[in-house]
Amino acid sequence: MPDGLRPRRPASLLAQLVPLFAVLLAFAVGALMLLALGVNPWGALKALLQGAFGDLNAIADTIVKAIPLLFVGLGICISFRGGVLNIGGEGQLVVGALAATAVALAGTGLPGWMLVTVSLLAGALAGAAWGGIAGFLKAYLNVNEILSTIMLNYIAVYGMNYLLRGPMMDPIQVKLGFFIPQTARLPRAADLPRLVPTRLHLGALLAVAVAVLVYIFLWRTTVGFRIRTVGMSRRAALAAGIEVKRYMVLGLLLAGLLAGLGGAVEVLGVHHRMFTDGTAFGFTGGAGFNGIVAALFGRLHPLGTIPSSFLFGALLTGANKMQRVMQVPAALIVALNGLIVLFVVGSEVIRRRRLRRLEKLSAEGKG
Amino acid sequence: MIGATLVGIATSAIRLATPYLYAAIGEALGQLSGVLNLGVDGIMLMGAFSGFYVTLLTGHPTLGLLAAVGTGGLMGLLMAFVSVTLQAEQGISGIGLYLFGLGLSTLLFGMTVGTVKAVAGFPPTPIPGLSQIPILGEILFSHNPLVYGAFALVPLAWFVLNKTPFGLKLRAAGQNPLAADSLGVNVIRVRYVAVIIGGILSGIAGASLSIALLNVFQQNMTNGMGFIAVALVYFGGWRPLGVLAGAMLFSTVNAIQVWLQVQGVDIPSDFALMMPYVITILVLASMARRRIHVPAALNKPFERGGE
Repeated sequence: MPDGLRPRRPASLLAQLVPLFAVLLAFAVGALMLLALGVNPWGALKALLQGAFGDLNAIADTIVKAIPLLFVGLGICISFRGGVLNIGGEGQLVVGALAATAVALAGTGLPGWMLVTVSLLAGALAGAAWGGIAGFLKAYLNVNEILSTIMLNYIAVYGMNYLLRGPMMDPIQVKLGFFIPQTARLPRAADLPRLVPTRLHLGALLAVAVAVLVYIFLWRTTVGFRIRTVGMSRRAALAAGIEVKRYMVLGLLLAGLLAGLGGAVEVLGVHHRMFTDGTAFGFTGGAGFNGIVAALFGRLHPLGTIPSSFLFGALLTGANKMQRVMQVPAALIVALNGLIVLFVVGSEVIRRRRLRRLEKLSAEGKG
Repeated sequence: MIGATLVGIATSAIRLATPYLYAAIGEALGQLSGVLNLGVDGIMLMGAFSGFYVTLLTGHPTLGLLAAVGTGGLMGLLMAFVSVTLQAEQGISGIGLYLFGLGLSTLLFGMTVGTVKAVAGFPPTPIPGLSQIPILGEILFSHNPLVYGAFALVPLAWFVLNKTPFGLKLRAAGQNPLAADSLGVNVIRVRYVAVIIGGILSGIAGASLSIALLNVFQQNMTNGMGFIAVALVYFGGWRPLGVLAGAMLFSTVNAIQVWLQVQGVDIPSDFALMMPYVITILVLASMARRRIHVPAALNKPFERGGE
């Protein structure tokens, strides 16, 4: 399991900075690709930075884009540290959003705080169920969780398409003869409050609070300790009397729960209705995958994932501007994220070797 | 009437097995050598795009196929470098490779072609004589060259794996790399070769979609086929014949699903489209009690003189 990702003792600042070099390297490759396509990389970078940080609205949009990344990324921190690889963020976001939408639509008339709470809970539970299926399959039927979570992504998307083109489609639209695959607008009482006069909503604070909770959970509770132990060595965990299977299920279940909550927050905070363009990307914007990148870049630490999600949120927001100004498809960011993953996990071995050499040197120095 | 329907479904099942066969046999080679490459879907997308684009420019699908071979080989090389030389966690690096291929193929398509266009791909090439056989001739021998190639790959892979020194070295590298190393097998090189060949075959798998079966390119056109191919390797027990059985299972389900939709049968199309993914999970779950021989060193990096 993610051997190379286990936390190591911080020994050298330089070794810690290796992931940063990996990102710079990915950017350099991206610049070369743009040059080859006849686009000025400086212009693209300028558009990207302006789109992400240019004014107050841009910064708010960056934070809004970072919120689902953080929710997914926090789930990734738990599952990867528990030795189970959750690639199902896309599907978990979708089922979480669908459940929250259904509950919010059914709860018209309830007071706002109650409607928001039950909707968010419904999203979290749906996500937990979706992740839990993969966990159960992994623990008791030995099904590779990477494959099962990816398959569950596609199943969630087709389920969403069915619901939004059928039972959940906006009834007023159906009456008028429009058949846009989306639900009715949620009752306004279910909207997450805006924080400042931008698109920034309460979900940002919620996500940061959850990050702190996940940190406390992983490092200050027995259950969290057991999850990490299973991730470090299943054999050692078994020897210590930990029920490994149960904690593998729990790891995937919690990852799904957090991603499902993220999907619910996305609906209540940003879109206020559920819609589909036929793909997962249409609703999630790829947050299920980008959250993995953010968590890896945050060294699988819940608090490290906060700034890291902000960074990748900035990339995504900036990419939209880049697409408008420079006609460079935002898919460039997907490719760069892929390279960042490759370089970050690839650079682990270099970091590890360096740390090993430093430890040896210091041991010799003492001896 | 029923006869014609069955022949139609069988014929399209043979056609649709093509991308699964190339991708899954390529993946099996890599896994048997000890490397789990989860980036197949990304390599397929790059193969599909490069094959499509070169065919669009030159009008020659053969050149398109060569482009897909080159692109697939390069992507395989990248995966081999990261997972063999840098010893990265293979599951995660495969997802990185997938995102890279998905993003890059979408980017390149957007900047060079932009709109959906059809190309003249490989034409159907009935095999003289054999294609005249009643029923079987239509089902088996009236396809385009890439379809024949996919089925020829099955015995070829079996032969290479079981009857050649290279096949022996490849399996040794995946079973017991330390022992293989002490017998003079260059484990690193064997794994590189296996992953690069796997990449080439995945590239061809993608091209079989864009210049042989559908003759168009669309963003994310594989829709997870590459991940299903990885599952087929498990299902097939790492044997070419097992992979063939799995590929036929999936292509038959796909063919029936397409036929049902054409007939306008009243099941929501979304449920029909969902089937391959549901079946993949069921198939993987059904193998829990089956005795299978997982390559012992799968997913384990090798380091000379390591632990």
